[in-house]
Amino acid sequence: MNTVAEARRTVERPVSRGHWLRRTPFGRFVTKLPFWLLIAAIFVYAIFPFYWAIRSAFTPESELFRTPVDYFPRHPTLTNFRDALNTSVFQHALLNSTIVAGSVTLISLAIGSLAAYALGRFRFRGRSAVLYLMLSMTIFPQIAILGALYTMITRFHLYDQLGALILSYMIFTLPFTVWVLTSFMRGLPGDLEEAAYVDGATPLQVFYKVLLPLIAPGLVTTGLLAFIAAWNEYLYALSFIQTPNKYTVTLAITTFQGKSGFQQPWGEIMAATVIVTLPLIVATLVLQRRILAGLTAGAVKG
Amino acid sequence: MQRRQARLGWLLLLPALAVVAFVAIYPLGKTVYQSFTNQEFLAGIEPTKWVGLQNYRDLWHDTIFRQSVWETIKFTLITVSFEFVLGMIIALVVNSNFKGRGAMRAAMLVPWAIPTVVAAQMWKWMFDDVFGVINDAGVRLHILNHSVAWISQPSTALAAVSAVDIWKTTPFVALLLLAGLQVIPRDLYEAADVDGASKWQQFWRITLPLLRPAILVTLIFRTLDALRVFDVFYVFYGNRPDTQTMAIYAQSTIVSDGHVGYGSAISVAIFLIIGIFVVIYVTFMRVTEE
Repeated sequence: MNTVAEARRTVERPVSRGHWLRRTPFGRFVTKLPFWLLIAAIFVYAIFPFYWAIRSAFTPESELFRTPVDYFPRHPTLTNFRDALNTSVFQHALLNSTIVAGSVTLISLAIGSLAAYALGRFRFRGRSAVLYLMLSMTIFPQIAILGALYTMITRFHLYDQLGALILSYMIFTLPFTVWVLTSFMRGLPGDLEEAAYVDGATPLQVFYKVLLPLIAPGLVTTGLLAFIAAWNEYLYALSFIQTPNKYTVTLAITTFQGKSGFQQPWGEIMAATVIVTLPLIVATLVLQRRILAGLTAGAVKG
Repeated sequence: MQRRQARLGWLLLLPALAVVAFVAIYPLGKTVYQSFTNQEFLAGIEPTKWVGLQNYRDLWHDTIFRQSVWETIKFTLITVSFEFVLGMIIALVVNSNFKGRGAMRAAMLVPWAIPTVVAAQMWKWMFDDVFGVINDAGVRLHILNHSVAWISQPSTALAAVSAVDIWKTTPFVALLLLAGLQVIPRDLYEAADVDGASKWQQFWRITLPLLRPAILVTLIFRTLDALRVFDVFYVFYGNRPDTQTMAIYAQSTIVSDGHVGYGSAISVAIFLIIGIFVVIYVTFMRVTEE
């Protein structure tokens, strides 16, 4: 009796527009549509240029320079990748960038974690002054010291040497490393440290046996961010390196020469682009959460 | 114990401080010193001597420098405002609960992970006047009547170069704002709902005020970054005079022309201009906090 009355009531009530939009699955879909369109637009905006690099890298040159443009490679090919990787300058550049970014990262982590240990776990006068110094260094404009660095580097006979880059890249990787690692060090609980001291450990033993393993995830994240920053650098590389075989990847990618010399070899350039970027994107996506935490520690909480 | 801790602390800091002193603080001092000399890279052209404020006097009348400052400030205003508004919209959208939010956040990290120089090359190809996808899509969708030479045409040059920076940085700005949004307690919105406040009112009365620290830090970082812009402009235009930024003018004066003294003066001027912006932001932050 009850259910019949209810059923009748729903039938008799005129279906207003609001009801239709909220009740039926199709209606819900329609109200949500602008939201999903917006999501899709943001997604496409973020991804499309990289997709375009990939599609151009796989498109043979004969199809690349043709109108109207194809939005998908019709005859995908690996020729562009092969050509890019066979270029001697690009091969050297991959090696050079790995050497430079790798050394800069290792040195920064080694020196930076010691400093972070002092700043994060010790209390002494002048500590916050050092922290502020490191913070102000992270926003230091590199161009401001180019004049002096240029004369210093020639005086030390480092001009056109990878050493010049390893030295100068410390300006942006080291303060950043110190700053982020300090925030990781500070976040650790004190009991483990105390237990180790009770057992008679020295501060240095506490550092590498207790604290370093605990902040290992922080070291990985910070190291990756420092590596990316060094890998991406352009201004100093352009100013201090001259010989093509000593180019870093950023220099190599901007100076690609085609076989003909008439048309920019965009297929090869885009293949090189994908090769240079893919490892960074994969590493970033794998360490996504930690990178966000590291970046916000460096920026928002600063 | 206290004293021993202090001594050990400074000992641990020593390598880091030594490196910072050697690669940053000493060069900064030296750059300032050089800016008061007529130093040239090639020795023997003229002996290096102290010229006082001569470089700065020349700089004041240097029309190329003035143009580069103006170009950089225009670029900064365009990119920072676009990145902020777009980033805010994206942060608000992604902050709501929906399926695939994780994938969305991952997609947003892609532009950030791509090196600026590489991003500039990718866009340069997309902007190609004959085979570029932007012209092709624009003509197909009837937004454009005919292909445009985005990069070589002076009227669209700044917009083209800004588009690269906006693409690369907006997602990052959104992620920073998103981190700020997520620490705002949910019950504030629930209480506002109970009181009958509209979503629009909630945005202006709750979200914006509570997001202010995150907004200011993001704006400061973006502004400082934009003022020293080098990579995108250099990849697009080299040192083409009408599209030079301050950093490009300084770099080419020091490295290509070898005028180390004058170039150092430009570097110091850039440093001061950036300093002025920092002071403006910090006082603004203080004022709004009171």
